[in-house]
Amino acid sequence: MSNSTETLTRAISDGWVVAQRNVVKIKRVPDILVFVLISPIMFVLLFAYVFGGAIDVPGGVDYKEFLVPGIFAQTVVFGATFTGYGLADDMQKGIIDRFRSLPMSRSAVLVGRTTSDVIYNVISLVIMALTGLLVGWRIREGFVDAATGFLLLLVFAYAISWIMAWVGLLVPSVEVVNNASFIVIMPLTFVSNAFVPQSTFSGPLKVFVEWNPVSTVTQACRELFGNASPDMVLDSWAMQNPVVYSLLWSAAIVAVFAPLAVRQYRLSTSK
Amino acid sequence: MIRASGLVKRYKEVTALDGLDLTVPEGKVLALLGPNGAGKTTAVKCLTTLIRPDAGTAEVAGVDVLTDPVGVRSRIGLSGQYAAVDEHLTAYENLVMIGRLYHLGKARAQERARELLEKSDLTEFADRPAKTYSGGQRRRLDLAGALVAEPPVLVLDEPTTGLDVRSRQQMWDVIRELVAGGSTLLLTTQYLEEADRLADNILVIDHGRAIAEGTADELKSRTGGERIEVVLADAADREAATRVLAEVAIDGIRVGDNGRELTAATGGSPTGDLLRVLQGFEREEVTVLDVGLRRPTLDDVFLALTGHAAEESPDSDSPATPDETKELAR
Repeated sequence: MSNSTETLTRAISDGWVVAQRNVVKIKRVPDILVFVLISPIMFVLLFAYVFGGAIDVPGGVDYKEFLVPGIFAQTVVFGATFTGYGLADDMQKGIIDRFRSLPMSRSAVLVGRTTSDVIYNVISLVIMALTGLLVGWRIREGFVDAATGFLLLLVFAYAISWIMAWVGLLVPSVEVVNNASFIVIMPLTFVSNAFVPQSTFSGPLKVFVEWNPVSTVTQACRELFGNASPDMVLDSWAMQNPVVYSLLWSAAIVAVFAPLAVRQYRLSTSK
Repeated sequence: MIRASGLVKRYKEVTALDGLDLTVPEGKVLALLGPNGAGKTTAVKCLTTLIRPDAGTAEVAGVDVLTDPVGVRSRIGLSGQYAAVDEHLTAYENLVMIGRLYHLGKARAQERARELLEKSDLTEFADRPAKTYSGGQRRRLDLAGALVAEPPVLVLDEPTTGLDVRSRQQMWDVIRELVAGGSTLLLTTQYLEEADRLADNILVIDHGRAIAEGTADELKSRTGGERIEVVLADAADREAATRVLAEVAIDGIRVGDNGRELTAATGGSPTGDLLRVLQGFEREEVTVLDVGLRRPTLDDVFLALTGHAAEESPDSDSPATPDETKELAR
């Protein structure tokens, strides 16, 4: 086995051991349970019923149908903060020092963390989809399209996880992770088409919305689930090719932030 | 087995390590003894590859720390200052995880976890999350984590700091057993008694550099002869008693917190000095509750070497005798 193949195999097998550790915690840590199971239900119900009748979507699409893919996108992006939270917590508790003293792969802790967060997201998406079905959301396209939609959500969330992994290792405490990620994620998810049609924005804000990858992920899911309005005007290339554009963003984010996070992991030690 | 020379580590303004040298021969125990902030943990982190020293070289189990950190990691077991266990996993899960990350294989990792739980006296709690454990149980689990891969070199960073007396005794028993099994051990501690009990050799460090090295006996013999200890019936006699003790003391006279316990190092024949002190007390009409001779402790050693006490604020559960105090009366 060549050296780099071995490195990769180690990263994956060690990463899997770390991921299993994180998954076990879903049952044991109430915070995680709330985060993974309860808050997605709350989001769907809250937005569906609070904003449900208030907003008109062009083309006569029911607002709840329009909204649910947006909530999916928003929730998985928010979910990525958990990656940072988890790493900052491990750092504070000194477990990172233990890991760093073991002859394990240097990227395994991060691979494990981001992988277990995909598993968290799968669970959240299942819960949200079921809740969505209950409030009247429907998948109107075929199985393959729908599966592609969910996959795209997971891929995008995975990419954001790497940003948060870097943040989680960089900042001194769990609280700072929460605040720091809030500052980035709030505008990213709310200045998008997740909750309101992009036609309601104007000027520079509209441009931002149309090129915001959260918008394109949402748009892609709406199209793939069959919830998009046929009358919606798509001005930007990004909105016209939402799947490709979202994947490009995901790839770029991982390419930049995975090496940054691994580097930060090697530099960090308990504070 | 462990060899370091000229280790330097600076953090902005602070020089944590200032050219530290140390050697631990195979199968021996070296205690790094020093107060908080002396550089003990920094030394441990350099030797276990957690941080890179700014200067100096180090070798652990024949492997260079700087050029082959991964090689070092597969040959050491580290147990840190605060028990680094995952509190949401059970003891068993923690140990299996560590075993798998040492690449023992799943089956061997499980088997090893059970063995270690047995040895660490944790079997009965093995399936409870670690957050339900007492401080002593967590430390034992953390120590077990360091033993998973049966590494030739063990590094324990303040293994008993913050533990109550009983847990500390238990920890010492476990460590002694390890040492009897032939492990090479580097131990840091701020407890003099701990170094005395566990180590073959003691390296006293302060401000990031070694200030003395030797066996406990060698270090004790450096600080002169026996101590005369006196407990006064009345603190009001302190001045008179101090005057009497000063006739025989070769160094300062230490006064305990309550003002009634005095200690003086003697230079001459211990019995002769004791006799002179007793006659002096008789003459000055000093009433004493207790008078005795004792050999110097490591506390005395540290005080003599550094001019300050080893422990800045001894807790109630500190194993060092509580009457060993800081004040110097001349």
